[in-house]
Amino acid sequence: MHRLRGLRVLASVLTTTKPGPVGGALIVTAAMALAQLGWTSPAAAFEIEDRRQFGPLGTGPTPDKLRVLSTTDTDLLAPLIESFLRERPSVTVDYISLSSAELMRAIVEEDAPADLAISSALDLQTKLANDGHTRAHRPESRIRVPDWAKWRNHVFAFSQEPAALVLSRAAFAGLEMPTTRQELMALLRRYPDRFRGRIGTYDVERSGLGYLFATQDVRAAETFWRMMEIFGRLDVQLYCCSSDMIEAVASGQIAIGYNVLGSYAQARADLAPDITIIEPQDYTNMMLRTAVIPKGAKRPDIAGAFINHLLDAAWGATPDPAYPFPRYSTEEAGPTAALRPIQMGPGLLVYLDRLKRAHFLEEWRETVLQQ
Amino acid sequence: MTRPATEPLPPHPTLRGSAPADPATKSQAHRSHADTLPTSGSIRRRLTVQLVGSAAFLAALLFFIVLVFTRDVSQQTHDSILEASATSIMDSATVRADAVTVDIPYAALSMLGNVSDDRVFYRVRLDGAILTGYGDLPEPNARPRQGKPQFETRGYQDDSIRMVTLSRRISVAGRLSELTITVAQTREGQASQLADLTRTALHIGVGFFLIAACLAIWTAQSNVRPLDELAGAVSRRGPQDLRPVHRPVPSEMVPLVSSLNRFIDRLRLSLSRSEDFIAEAAHRVRTPLATVRTQAEITLRRVERAENRASLREMIRAIDESSRAAGQLLDHAMVSFRTDTLAREPVDLAALCHDLLERLTPLADLKDIALHSDLAQCPPLSGDPILIQNAVRNLLDNAIKYSPAECNIRVVLREEQSAEGTRLRLSIMDEAGGFPSDDTDALTARFVRGSNAGGTIGSGLGLTIVREVVEAHGGHLEITPRPATLPNERHGSCVSLYFPCQP
Repeated sequence: MHRLRGLRVLASVLTTTKPGPVGGALIVTAAMALAQLGWTSPAAAFEIEDRRQFGPLGTGPTPDKLRVLSTTDTDLLAPLIESFLRERPSVTVDYISLSSAELMRAIVEEDAPADLAISSALDLQTKLANDGHTRAHRPESRIRVPDWAKWRNHVFAFSQEPAALVLSRAAFAGLEMPTTRQELMALLRRYPDRFRGRIGTYDVERSGLGYLFATQDVRAAETFWRMMEIFGRLDVQLYCCSSDMIEAVASGQIAIGYNVLGSYAQARADLAPDITIIEPQDYTNMMLRTAVIPKGAKRPDIAGAFINHLLDAAWGATPDPAYPFPRYSTEEAGPTAALRPIQMGPGLLVYLDRLKRAHFLEEWRETVLQQ
Repeated sequence: MTRPATEPLPPHPTLRGSAPADPATKSQAHRSHADTLPTSGSIRRRLTVQLVGSAAFLAALLFFIVLVFTRDVSQQTHDSILEASATSIMDSATVRADAVTVDIPYAALSMLGNVSDDRVFYRVRLDGAILTGYGDLPEPNARPRQGKPQFETRGYQDDSIRMVTLSRRISVAGRLSELTITVAQTREGQASQLADLTRTALHIGVGFFLIAACLAIWTAQSNVRPLDELAGAVSRRGPQDLRPVHRPVPSEMVPLVSSLNRFIDRLRLSLSRSEDFIAEAAHRVRTPLATVRTQAEITLRRVERAENRASLREMIRAIDESSRAAGQLLDHAMVSFRTDTLAREPVDLAALCHDLLERLTPLADLKDIALHSDLAQCPPLSGDPILIQNAVRNLLDNAIKYSPAECNIRVVLREEQSAEGTRLRLSIMDEAGGFPSDDTDALTARFVRGSNAGGTIGSGLGLTIVREVVEAHGGHLEITPRPATLPNERHGSCVSLYFPCQP
């Protein structure tokens, strides 16, 4: 019930805002907006995608201002922000959305004034916390945050979103849908011509999330490289983001989207007749959307309250209708179940290592691009 | 009471035994003596303090040993995980195309994450060049030796970190280079673990102390108990109990107890000698006195001059007094002995009184004193008839002696119910004018005579004897003034003896 309501919110967001490339025009408008709001100049050195202000719009700087840097679309979180502000009439939220790499740069290099950083790049968030760029927060004790959904009381996850298989119904007509990676590989081996050029996955060199999913696959299964080799031989198509892959599968351009963000696919109710979303039963990586409070936060109290609000919506006993993500029960997902939340902790730093990343990308290129 | 056979036989068969004077005054003296005795502290307290102190010291020692040991173990555990992490990074180093590369295994850092939620840093360096990782990690103070991990606790980014550095020489492009791996972790988890360990060690220490303290108190109590028991046994003794101590005592106390026994023995011997001496002296004095009295009476009949007769009468009176005193001293010695070894047999108190009254009637008639008796039939009393008779005779003697001529003496015997059970009351009421005070204790002290005794012959031992006899039978003596109730009566006193029926 509630999960459906959440999906509907997400669907409306995805259909109204077209995910597109970051255009220069957008930066210009954002820069203008910044000038109007009196944003200080050094912070503008990172690229932002969108900026919106919630709450009372005053001309001068309001004291109760929460500055959020986020990789999540503004419209997606808007209902939660509004429900947060409803109880705090004096608080203003300045919401800036940007890419995860820019978010990292803004905080580490630019020292951007931010009270809260929300990102889907769990590894980068972990690195922020590990390298001492964040501060601790103690969630209210009534909110039962699962142990695997927080690290050091610095990084807090407030969503679980699966890396799913998205299949085109048309392309699989007459075939049994694979439910595991083994079945998928067997299928590809049996019908190579049917799927040649019709497999899509993340370009891990361009997409941070794609890289995270791929490295987690390496960790989780020995078969990853074998599957990548099959993908490579069948001319895999590479995408920058989940939404493009979903569109491509729905349009019949490709038959299989691998490691697609399941929450986005489920949200596209309009495409439901054309696509099937499968959470592989051997294992499904669960992406965790996380929030941290940067060390330079001026209002850690409001940031903490907002984190509590997010955690309550995600893990609280009563589902918040404004929560835009599917709610998985915390028992269903866990380290032993097929649904595996990406494990937080210093292990995530490994794949951010310069040499490690170079190795991985080299191998990936060799396997997938057959270079 | 048994007496050692070696003791010299006393001269008079009824005089054996020893009797300290007044039990009440004696026990009072004993108590006040103990109160003023200087003490050099309590053995129990000293033992307890010393044992508890040792326990506290040992508990503190245990606490520190446990703490140091567990800290050491905890540090070693952390260090070995750090070393394992560094080693796995070292093992991933390969030389490819004349360049060193490192492929950090996922487990190298995730294993540190499994231990605690601490921040993790690492650095890979080839000679001077940093290959990857956190270039600003502090340098190890000492250059690590080949294959030997170098552990250090340092500060980094405002945090304390534990750092391990491994070093290995590898051949790159034909020349030897040194590959150095450093892995570091903040110590928050370790600190909280140490806090837990400290708490555990504290609990162990406190628990140990509590158990040891209980054992210490118990040990002190049980070691002092024989001393307490001996002290209790000796102080519970009756005033006339001069038996040696025979209870088993710890060997350390044997010299004390045997000295005590020797002391008791000497005391008993000296007491019995003085009693024997008094009895012997009284006995020896009484016989010649009788002769002297007879001679004096014969002489009185012969002389006619009034002044000579008067001085002879005075002489006879003095002889009577001396002889009565000697008799009472003898009585008292006899009573003392017999009360020590009280032989009990049924005594019919009424019959006993009746006999005595009959015997004393001639004496009373001399002063025109009427003896009235009101003796109820009572159950027999269990006691020594000779002693009881002696006591009652003393009382009647006193009453006749101190009463003026032409008056009445009443003897009443009743069976009564009291809080302690059935008892017999024997009251002797006279019209002798009463005692100067009602203080039974004072009146019954040895050689104390009432201030109104005046010219009457007496030794001051009579009431003492009565009291000793009554108390030996478990009863007590009461002296109350008796006001005149009838018009032609004079006031006097009422002396009551109470004997319990079941002593």
